[in-house]
Amino acid sequence: MMELVCPAGTPAALRAAVDAGAHTIYCGFANETNARNFPGLNFSRAELAEGVAYATGRGAKVLVAINTFPRAGAQQIWHRAVADAHQAGVHAVILADPGLIAHAAETHPDLRLHLSVQAAAANPDAINLYAQTFGIRRVVLPRVLTVDEITAINREIDIETEVFVFGGLCVMAEGRCSLSSWATGLSPNMNGVCSPASHVAYETVAGQNEARLGGLLIHRTAKGAPVPYPTLCKGCFTAPATANGPAQTGHIFEDPVSLDATELIPRLQKAGVTALKIEGRQRSRAYVAQVVRAFRAAVEAAEAGQPMPTGLLAKLTEGQAATTGAYAKTWR
Amino acid sequence: MDLTIGPIAFFWTAEQVRGFYQSLAKGPAARVVIGEWVCSKRLPFWQQEIPGAVEVLLAAGKEVALSSLTLITLQRERKQTAALFETGLQVEIADLGALQHLPEGAPFQVGPTVNVYNEGTLQWLARKGATRICLPPELPLASVAVLARAGRDAGVAIEVWGHGRAPLAISGRCYHARLHDRIKDACLFVCGEDPDGREVQTLDGTTFLTINGVQTLGHAHTTVANQIAALREAGVTALRLSPQIGNFPEIVDIYARATCAELPPAAALAELHRQMPGAVFADGFLAGTTGMRAPV
Repeated sequence: MMELVCPAGTPAALRAAVDAGAHTIYCGFANETNARNFPGLNFSRAELAEGVAYATGRGAKVLVAINTFPRAGAQQIWHRAVADAHQAGVHAVILADPGLIAHAAETHPDLRLHLSVQAAAANPDAINLYAQTFGIRRVVLPRVLTVDEITAINREIDIETEVFVFGGLCVMAEGRCSLSSWATGLSPNMNGVCSPASHVAYETVAGQNEARLGGLLIHRTAKGAPVPYPTLCKGCFTAPATANGPAQTGHIFEDPVSLDATELIPRLQKAGVTALKIEGRQRSRAYVAQVVRAFRAAVEAAEAGQPMPTGLLAKLTEGQAATTGAYAKTWR
Repeated sequence: MDLTIGPIAFFWTAEQVRGFYQSLAKGPAARVVIGEWVCSKRLPFWQQEIPGAVEVLLAAGKEVALSSLTLITLQRERKQTAALFETGLQVEIADLGALQHLPEGAPFQVGPTVNVYNEGTLQWLARKGATRICLPPELPLASVAVLARAGRDAGVAIEVWGHGRAPLAISGRCYHARLHDRIKDACLFVCGEDPDGREVQTLDGTTFLTINGVQTLGHAHTTVANQIAALREAGVTALRLSPQIGNFPEIVDIYARATCAELPPAAALAELHRQMPGAVFADGFLAGTTGMRAPV
């Protein structure tokens, strides 16, 4: 059966994911070492140890994401995180920075290493470089590839692949985007945040709902209509007129959609993908439990060669469009 | 401190490319990086200009390096990357996967779209043979200073993004094509209509980003004109200037005079405004604040 890798932003969400049938849970420490560095989220060292005990006692594994890029002059914070995760007995750490990976491979040779999506290893050469140089055992593929391209990559590499199937969707190659710091000064790579809530403002102006990020107006909806969270790459913008064409206003990068690749699970299985990943460490324990239950049913159906269950997650994506993203070539 | 001219980000005609490198040969830049940096579909339209440009620049005493693509996914893109290492010229990697084609012991340089955020990564690249690294544009000066020290110790020259629209993101999706209701495979090379990229504004008309096919850049031109002394003090040895279609030789000249202290920061900025009427400038990344902040 394909492995289901599920998010946990809190110890309660970790337990909920395990109870709902997750094979593997990934989480992070409560600091800038991980890419979901949000207030009130993530694990202390003691909570991680308890989480590992809870999961392993029920046959599940725990991964720790240490997937931001260590700050120059402060690498010891990230080195400490790797050492503490190792000591807590996690199954693997998920890393993105080559310097940190080199440190982990050298200092903790028996620690299993996964390559984070933030490393943006989008071709067999990059993946083999990490595998051969550092002994990386699994790569989380960036969301720029089609299913056919994933199939081709799996033919040329010897390590496991993990792909995102549900939740938030990066439109840009992950780990290679500075839109957020351009607008707010804070970025996924440096600070573990994107379009951070601290820089968001909602307002009603002349009967319309507006959402701003860092003072920049990027959503405006009619009165009564919900206004989406102002994530930069899903904002509404204008491309002014040029000599070649008129001005255009719209979602120039991507609509406010999330990823749902449920229907592609059988093809991903055929493509040789080992594990399916669900985004959402910032989500509630109830949400996590519901999504994990639905995807556990889906991977069991795929294993039995049955059609994918439909409508399982309709409630969770209600009011929000879903896309299969780059997995379909026409998205590009 | 000297000047490096980065690869052309935009889709220019072969004639524009030829004229551009001929003009650079006469200018004060120490080195030039050439190659298709953004979209492999563009390369067949201008690659025949590369050998001649290399020859002209080498004859003028410039160092020349060839750049890889920023995002390598297709089989032909991997082959093109491998072929760069067979030219005998220095290669600048823009995607870490390019290193897998590096001949044993060959030196290379690293472009600004490779994530070099700390000493550990810099030292690992130095051990692999890196001799020069242009740091990611979003790094603040405090990090630049630490990395410049580490670079000096490891024998790696450290550059920063000195002038031009900063590369902020790369995607599998082509935004130029999307803007014209096309997909990437049927783009009809519409990005060629915008030789400095297509402007993107927020809903209240604030100038914000520039789309360039699969690449997204800032709309404001990043400039370190105000920060040259601090960068020199930090140990930075070169500024990277990113090609733009208009008045580029004049812009290179401004930075040449600014880096040898002939032109004070305020005068350099004034000269830039004169050469680029109506342009918006930014220098917030180095200051550790929003990247798009205007120079103060």
